[in-house]
Amino acid sequence: MEWIIALVIGVMTASGVYLVLRARTFPVVLGLTLLSYAVNVFLFTMGRLQVGQAAIISPNATAYTDPLPQALVLTAIVIAFGMTAFLIVLALKARSELGNDHVDGLSYVAEEQAVKSRQKAGN
Amino acid sequence: MNLLEFNLPLIALIPFLGAPLAALAANINRVASAWTAGLVTLISLLFLLPAIHLPFAGETLIQSWSWLPALGLDFAFRLDGLALLFTLLILLIGLLVILYARYYLSPKDSMGRFFAYLLMFMGSMLGIVLSENLIQLVVFWELTSLTSFLLISYWQHQQDARDGARMALAITGAGGLAMLAGVIMLGNIVGSYNLTDVLAAGEQIRQHEHYLTVLVLILLGVFTKSAQFPFHFWLPHAMAAPTPVSAYLHSATMVKAGIFMLARLFPVLSGTEAWGWLVGGAGMFTMVLGAYTALFKHDLKGLLAYSTISHLGLITLLFGFSTQLAAVAAIFHIINHATFKASLFMVAGIIDHECGSRDMRMVNGMLKYMPHTAVLAMIAASAMAGVPLLNGFLSKEMFFEQALTATDGSLMTWAIPVLVTIGAIFSVAYSLRFIHDVFFNGEPVGLTKTPHEPPRFMKIPVDILVLLCLGVGIAPMILVAPILSVAVAASLQSAPPTFSLAIWHGFNLPLMMSFIAMGIGVLVYFNRYKLFRWHDQNLPRIDARILFNMVLHGILVTTGKISRVFDRGSLQNATSWVLVTAVLAVLYGYLQFNSPLLGDRALLPIDWLTLALSAFVVIASVLCAVLHHQRLVSLIIVGVVGLIVSLGFVKFSAPDLALTQLSVEVVTIVLLLLALFFLPQHTPQERNATRMTRDVALSVSAGITVMLLAMAVMSRDYAPISDFFIQNSKPGGGGTNVVNVILVDFRGFDTLGEIVVLALAGLGIFAMLKNLRLPAPMRDIQGREWSHDPHPPIMQTLTRLLFPLMLLVAVFVFLRGHNLPGGGFIAGLIAAVALISQYLANGIDWTNARIKVNMHIVIAIGLTAAVVTGIVAMLLSYPFLTSTFTYLKWPLVGKFEIASAMAFDLGVFLVVVGATVLILVELGKLSHASHQMRQQEHY
Repeated sequence: MEWIIALVIGVMTASGVYLVLRARTFPVVLGLTLLSYAVNVFLFTMGRLQVGQAAIISPNATAYTDPLPQALVLTAIVIAFGMTAFLIVLALKARSELGNDHVDGLSYVAEEQAVKSRQKAGN
Repeated sequence: MNLLEFNLPLIALIPFLGAPLAALAANINRVASAWTAGLVTLISLLFLLPAIHLPFAGETLIQSWSWLPALGLDFAFRLDGLALLFTLLILLIGLLVILYARYYLSPKDSMGRFFAYLLMFMGSMLGIVLSENLIQLVVFWELTSLTSFLLISYWQHQQDARDGARMALAITGAGGLAMLAGVIMLGNIVGSYNLTDVLAAGEQIRQHEHYLTVLVLILLGVFTKSAQFPFHFWLPHAMAAPTPVSAYLHSATMVKAGIFMLARLFPVLSGTEAWGWLVGGAGMFTMVLGAYTALFKHDLKGLLAYSTISHLGLITLLFGFSTQLAAVAAIFHIINHATFKASLFMVAGIIDHECGSRDMRMVNGMLKYMPHTAVLAMIAASAMAGVPLLNGFLSKEMFFEQALTATDGSLMTWAIPVLVTIGAIFSVAYSLRFIHDVFFNGEPVGLTKTPHEPPRFMKIPVDILVLLCLGVGIAPMILVAPILSVAVAASLQSAPPTFSLAIWHGFNLPLMMSFIAMGIGVLVYFNRYKLFRWHDQNLPRIDARILFNMVLHGILVTTGKISRVFDRGSLQNATSWVLVTAVLAVLYGYLQFNSPLLGDRALLPIDWLTLALSAFVVIASVLCAVLHHQRLVSLIIVGVVGLIVSLGFVKFSAPDLALTQLSVEVVTIVLLLLALFFLPQHTPQERNATRMTRDVALSVSAGITVMLLAMAVMSRDYAPISDFFIQNSKPGGGGTNVVNVILVDFRGFDTLGEIVVLALAGLGIFAMLKNLRLPAPMRDIQGREWSHDPHPPIMQTLTRLLFPLMLLVAVFVFLRGHNLPGGGFIAGLIAAVALISQYLANGIDWTNARIKVNMHIVIAIGLTAAVVTGIVAMLLSYPFLTSTFTYLKWPLVGKFEIASAMAFDLGVFLVVVGATVLILVELGKLSHASHQMRQQEHY
């Protein structure tokens, strides 16, 4: 089971990283959302995987899950929402100020030129 | 209340408190600002009075408060003779400078800014001299660098003022950092940062293997601050400051801070050969160089600047001699230099003020235009030259005597009195130039206005200082001996040596040296034109500013090049550097790790449902990346992934997380959908294959790295610290939901930080969206025109019906949060969803008309509730945010528990509701506005 969860974390991270490296703002925000899922689950697994354990104190329970990572992740989820919201609005603001949604504020023409000059420098 | 228990920090802090007052007073009228500054200085002085007698009784007053006890840091102040002397100099000369500046500043200059800076600087200086804790001393030390930067650059419109200020800040600030390092080492050697302990450990420090390092580091601080060669060059450039600033900084304060440190640490660091060579050498070189250069400066303030450098060299040299009598002479000269140099700077300012020039080739024959000022200047300049019956003469005689004592007959050591005499010759020559060139020497050349005496009150500070020069010169035993002997006692940390401040010691070698210096000095002056020509022709002009700028420029260019390697203005590049570094760091960690990657914890068995859902997440994540060009599709996929993640939390015993993730998911997707409306619906295809290959490789390696890391942790057993929380949750926090109790009780302070961040994000978004106008797209992704009927009736009816129910759920989840899954965060999100669905279904106008709550106020009330809960605990003398709980019994409801943490959780709830709704509604308004814009176009 642990391997599966680790794989899920890994794939979410990989997709997130790939999207974060894109040149447009919207995929970057989506990438960060995916990355924050991955990070949250990763932090959560620091308390190890527990199936069917009690999360609430009760006289009948014999063992409990680790509440500390859960408390950390709970706030992390909310903060991640705040961050996502801030970034997407920043993207809107950038679109309105710069007239395009490129992460460096490059227009389509400028972007083409940048690619060409980089290719030249590469040669 | 005994004032002697807390007056010392007040002396230093009152000027800081007074600074904004002085700035505000300038709004009333200009003179009020000067009055405020003067009054603040007087109040500081008033707080010194009750303790003023203590140093004379041989007592050292120490007032100390624990600050960071774990690091041995105290907030500690000390008043002994040395501190008293400097405090008096700083406050009294400060008072005179304030009076002078009130007349000096022109109506164009902002008085408020000037006096605010001056007071802050004064406070920093007082902090240095009154500090008992060395780290605290360095903090004030750096504060003087910062505030003097503000003072020197006061005339911000002038290029040379900005350059001079930057240079002073760079040099003295860097020196301060070196001093910090030195002080930390000193503290490590002694085991305490308190001066009392450090001063008692002189022998131990001098024997220590790191003594030389400590000495060099501290001297770097001293020499940069006190403008000793080779760091002297900032001082002449600092002359771009208004003259009252120069008069203050370069007579009694700023540059004397370095000297103060020499006096302070004299019993600890002096007496070794290294001290003699470093301190004596730098002092000697600076003294001769400064005196020589001063003669060739045609600018009055330039002459005074180099003369200051020379006199600072003289004092440093005296400390370098390491004898007790030399320390007496040094401290005596500190007083004398402060008085005559402050008055001379003020005279220079008066001349500048009245003539519009400070060039001694133009300003001549001032005696008949301003006789009063002329007399004052002549006395002060004579004191500077060391003419008998003036204070400068006495300390200079002592200096000559010490220079002679330092010789032991060998040729090398005979160089000392010879060099000292050469320095004194130039000192006489430039002092004579100050008098003769300015006040005699024919008529003024090419002045734009006719000079006359300055306002009466502008001369009063100079009058007082010059009277002091005379008084100390004539009756030293009465006027200066008592304070001098207590200052010396404090500096030496022993009884002061017997010294006599007599005017007449008989015919002896020091007197001979004085005569020689005066005779040859006069000769040098009257042959000055020949000397000027020779100087201009034969000596290369080394402009330290050019050198400094070259070095600075070099550093900036080099660092710029290095940053450009990593950051070429492209976010993608910068991000990949960060990610590559992270992957490499983890890889390095793996390689360093000796035990196997996986631990031996028993793994859980695989069940088919989890396997299937995980496969779904994996496929969805990959699809999201592959299909990201179709933005709407990829957004839906992200939503799916988020929902399955929340199912995962259910599976692995985390109900709180599942609830949070679920509700956050809803608002996130709604938010992104709203935003996507204004962004292009497609991402253009990329044609840079290399970059895509690189990014795929990077993301796959990042994924594998994280996967292995997660697996390495999950396969190991561990000893959690959570047992404490589980055990104390019910008895200590009064709740059975441990996660919630951690959030609102155990780690309440963290949660407070989190909701502040959320509130700030909400307000930041509000600010960004204000006045933002984006054109709404006419058609959707498939070219269909957007509908003009945005509110479907079925949805409207349903959401209106559901609204009370949803709020009820939120209240329920909130109330049970302490004991069962739920709490402020989750309830807040549910309530936010309830509100947002109203906006979505019924439109902004309809909803705003019915829900008349300003979300800013909701956020404010929430934060206040959270903070007040914490403060109430403090008022009951518990630590911030300590919670308590009790049980109540109500009819019908039965017995239930009420915890003060609930109030805190209510704050969390309100902030979450406020911030979330604010964000989404502001974004919604944006689309609303653009819809309206379009409709207007339509009709």
